[in-house]
Amino acid sequence: MKIQEADAKSLLVAQGLPVPPWKVARTPAEVEAAAGTFFEGGAERVVIKAQVLVGGRGKAGGVKLAASAAEAAEVGSRILGMDIKGITVRKVLVGAAAEIVKEYYLGAIVDRASRRIVLMASAEGGVEIEEVARQNPGAIHRVSADPQLGLLAFQARALGLAIGLRDPLLSPFVAIAKALYDTMKANDADLVEVNPLAIVAETTPDGASSQRLVCLDAKVTLDDSGLGRHPGLEALRDLDEEDPTDAQARRLGINFIHLEGTIGCMVNGAGLAMTTMDLVKHYGGEPANFLDVGGGARHETVRGAMELILADPKVNAILVNIFGGITRGDEVAAGLIEGRAQQSREVPMVVRIVGTNAAEAARLLTEARFETAASLDEAAEKAVALSKGAAR
Amino acid sequence: MSILVGSDTRLVVQGITGREGEFHTRAAIAYGTTVVAGTRPGKGGQTAIDGSVPIFDTVAEAAEQAGANTSVIFIPAAGAPDAIMEALDAGIGTIVCITEGIPALEMIPVVEAARRAGARLIGPNCPGVTSPGRAKVGIIPASIHKPGRAGVVSRSGTLTYEAVQAMTDAGIGQSTCVGIGGDPIIGTTFLDVLKLFRDDPETDAIVMIGEIGGSAEEEAAAYAAEYLRGVPMAAFIAGRTAPPGRRMGHAGAIISGGSGTAAEKIAALEAAGVRVADSPTQLPKLLLDAGYRR
Repeated sequence: MKIQEADAKSLLVAQGLPVPPWKVARTPAEVEAAAGTFFEGGAERVVIKAQVLVGGRGKAGGVKLAASAAEAAEVGSRILGMDIKGITVRKVLVGAAAEIVKEYYLGAIVDRASRRIVLMASAEGGVEIEEVARQNPGAIHRVSADPQLGLLAFQARALGLAIGLRDPLLSPFVAIAKALYDTMKANDADLVEVNPLAIVAETTPDGASSQRLVCLDAKVTLDDSGLGRHPGLEALRDLDEEDPTDAQARRLGINFIHLEGTIGCMVNGAGLAMTTMDLVKHYGGEPANFLDVGGGARHETVRGAMELILADPKVNAILVNIFGGITRGDEVAAGLIEGRAQQSREVPMVVRIVGTNAAEAARLLTEARFETAASLDEAAEKAVALSKGAAR
Repeated sequence: MSILVGSDTRLVVQGITGREGEFHTRAAIAYGTTVVAGTRPGKGGQTAIDGSVPIFDTVAEAAEQAGANTSVIFIPAAGAPDAIMEALDAGIGTIVCITEGIPALEMIPVVEAARRAGARLIGPNCPGVTSPGRAKVGIIPASIHKPGRAGVVSRSGTLTYEAVQAMTDAGIGQSTCVGIGGDPIIGTTFLDVLKLFRDDPETDAIVMIGEIGGSAEEEAAAYAAEYLRGVPMAAFIAGRTAPPGRRMGHAGAIISGGSGTAAEKIAALEAAGVRVADSPTQLPKLLLDAGYRR
């Protein structure tokens, strides 16, 4: 689950990471008021950042500076409502603009190959880390946290030294790296990224200037499997940016991803669901969705899955592919029959059910006059033909 | 011989009294698997499966008193990592964890503990392991198998059934079918299973079923290029049409930062001399093309 920058920053603060204060605003008036408090606090400029879950908001014009509260309101009115990669900006983050001396990258990921949490750091911060990885992979330094003891201080020091940090910033970096690791652990995150981690120049009230490391941005992705262990995190799900069908699929307990094609797919098992999509494409069609009804799906779930598929107006044919193991073929067939009886519109369908209780399923489907297929390939070919026929 | 499970398997079912545990224990016994024990804390001394399987409170008791050497775990995600640790502590050498939905970070120290104990952990979030005609540990349907000499290793569940059914229909039997699981952090990888198949005198060909996400297929391809050149191999990779950045059902099936795509995996496998199918139903033909004789 992706969460917004402002929420990610709250998770960092909870682990003691240095994050400059921010406010979230939903209207130009709120932007103005928020900016006003930062100007009163001595800020020379404020930064206004679109809160969207897609990358590339800076390039899209979703991050701007303002030198007065009035200008902030004006900038806010332009960013709020802006469309970034199909997402409407509904809120912005407002904070004092930092005086950046140097930018670094610091991130933690679950590394599948080593089966450990890996921390990555680079002196080339502020740009996309994937870009650095392509252009200059040697600039990214890594350490693997011990699987049982966690990130050790010497590892964090090695990372800090590798990106060129020395006294007096090395010790704060070690604390930051360890807190970043703690953020991963405390929230069952897949990814915690601070880009940039910046050295900023600050002027203390007595006029002296100093430098310190702060987290100017934050990106956190949570492990969906971990949400049950952290009840508070579910509240961070941004429903505004979610396809409404996603919430319905979650309630039904099925995996659903909306795509751009015309052939609705209903399959049991994630690997087989992907394969079914691939075969639709292979035979010249375009899948409208990925849909895994899960193991042991009951007829109500199947009926609900059919409603989800039909809710997409682009769908003009449906392909059902079930290889019964735990899932019973007759249960699926019953769900399909109920679903078709209640469906909002007529869409041609081809059904292939093999495995557990396939014979009973075949009897039900034949009685109800469903078009059936014996093999996966035949089912995909038929669905593509049905879709093309419907499009004519 | 077969790998991982076979005639010498003495199985303890952790969570035998649950709905899934009981259902699949019956199927395992019907297949001929030697099920020696089940566990359910607090019900030690009772029996399960119509009185045929003794229940113990702990895995240690099942190992000591019933001689269990292999465990299968049907315990919900909240308790599954503990169940794996309990099996390791009892000295169980092969642990198959079916449970789906364990947080990845919870698995990291558990996988490390299995490695240090020298035990073999399969999964989590996997359909299990079947050595046709010998033993069935997990949830793979018995009906799809035929004993033979082709090894199967897969990250998926029902997709594996599809491929194995196609093999059986084509007269190609299997030595062992291993579902390694669809999670990002798993105990046994493609690479581990390829090594086991290479050393198994009863496995003469290998079918590998991968999917988008991570780089385990590429690592397997590198191994195949070096050590399996003479072995007929065929592969299928699911997710050619999967959009980047979306988790395709399995926690581990995601293209992130532009890597983990099907195209990369297919290219790596083909470069290693592995034939890659467009559909799982083509796998038997590709094995025969690669020189396998039934």
